Amino acid sequence: MPDPLSPFRKLGHATVERIWRLGFAARFLFAILMHSGSSFRRLHLTLREIYFSGVLSLLIILVSGLFVGLVLGLQGYETLQRYGSTEALGILVALSLTRELGPVVAGLLFASRAGSSVTAEIGLMKATEQLKAMDMMAVNPIARVVAPRFWGGVISMPLLAAMFSAMGVLGGWLIGVVFIGVDDGAFWSQMQAGVDFRYDIWNGIIKSIVFGFAVSLIAVFEGFDSVPTAEGVSRAITRTVVTSAMAILALDFILTSFMFRGTS
Amino acid sequence: MSSDILVDIEDLHFNYDGRPVLQGINMKIPRGKVVAIMGGSGCGKTTLLRCIGGQLRPTGGRVRLEKHQVCEMSESELYRLRRKMGMLFQFGALFTDMNVFENVAFPIREHTDLGDEMIRDLVLMKLEAVGLRGAHRLMPAELSGGMARRVALARAVALDPMLVMYDEPFTGLDPIALGVIGQLIRKQNDALGATSIMVTHDIHESLLIVDYIYFMNGGRVVAEGTPDEIRASKDPLVHQFVYAEADGPVRFDYPAPPPAVEFLNRGAHA
Repeated sequence: MPDPLSPFRKLGHATVERIWRLGFAARFLFAILMHSGSSFRRLHLTLREIYFSGVLSLLIILVSGLFVGLVLGLQGYETLQRYGSTEALGILVALSLTRELGPVVAGLLFASRAGSSVTAEIGLMKATEQLKAMDMMAVNPIARVVAPRFWGGVISMPLLAAMFSAMGVLGGWLIGVVFIGVDDGAFWSQMQAGVDFRYDIWNGIIKSIVFGFAVSLIAVFEGFDSVPTAEGVSRAITRTVVTSAMAILALDFILTSFMFRGTS
Repeated sequence: MSSDILVDIEDLHFNYDGRPVLQGINMKIPRGKVVAIMGGSGCGKTTLLRCIGGQLRPTGGRVRLEKHQVCEMSESELYRLRRKMGMLFQFGALFTDMNVFENVAFPIREHTDLGDEMIRDLVLMKLEAVGLRGAHRLMPAELSGGMARRVALARAVALDPMLVMYDEPFTGLDPIALGVIGQLIRKQNDALGATSIMVTHDIHESLLIVDYIYFMNGGRVVAEGTPDEIRASKDPLVHQFVYAEADGPVRFDYPAPPPAVEFLNRGAHA
């Protein structure tokens, strides 16, 4: 006879498991921070990771930024012309990108491109005993492998988000000014007058730093905590992408609610 | 403890998820010797090796290495001790993002301040000793299983350790590579004046190169002796192992209920 309490037990077990993993992730973050000194003393390790996570993600970020800017330009013009204020296209494109789309879409792309690759790399290093071998050679894998990848991601993410936004503005200008014929001077001057550095751009940068921190932590943690089999690594990669996307969207809501309260 | 004993293991216990893996292991590994730990798969050999290296904390007993109590050491103390240890993993565990040269240079770069010229000479000497100086630019993916194992051996002894541990060094090798690796383990041990502990189930190769053998079964040491004593042993377990017999004290089948019970209760699994 099936146990009527079984679903509750399963729920309790799953909850305890999630809380345990959260605690483990917090301890893992603490260990990364404790061993971060060597990542900066041996800067070439972190620079290498900035190259792999940042430079190699540039193509997808720039192309996506351009297309998002093109679409924003088209949609924005279509809406603005109903109210006869097409010269405000520049400010619409710039604010949408710097406040929201730049950090969020760049974060989602970064999680898919660089986060998944970091998880796969660390997970496979674990599965092939490379991390154990390093540990037996008296080299701490968190200091040598995890911390440089974590900081590489944290540093790369705001730079990629800035490039995404810049490319998006270029896309908006291309479609609005070059193809549709919005006034060039109005496009740029409205943007210059309407975008505040501290309120709009700086808040966008803070968002992208927070997203970079979250995605990088999730990526290195999932790789390090993966079950060392082909299936285990594949599941860890999936968790990285899904959890990162959820974390980015949830954090974006929380940050936006603190940063933008309709006062400006 | 006598000074000619490098590793002294006393009444070592280890449980995994409440299941006993090691149940009161006692071993003495003398300096300068090559000692094999043998037994069937899952008998606790690799767990024992990881306890000696301090990667696993035993649930009871002691591991003494030189004058150090391994089980009571902090992480930083363990790291200092491991600089004097080398380990060869079952499939080499080479760093796949580094070429052969950088793999062997890795422990030297991490633990010394030697210049590039000196590191280059040291690495090429280590690779020469395993016959792979010409392969120093290759990536791990370009190596055969035997070559990868030899590179891993060169890396394990890169800092001239006092203790080298080998986890299944013969697995998956062809007979020629197997013989070469066996001879290299013996020669490296004697040339470096090191001590070697080899976990393996390759009885025939081991009998040719080791000084002493411990047999494990079910987490316990069940037999021990020199290669000649092992060959002449009347112990049923040793006999079964040496002559690769299906019948004997070591069960080949995984424990299961009797077939009649299993097949007549088909509905119970549905």
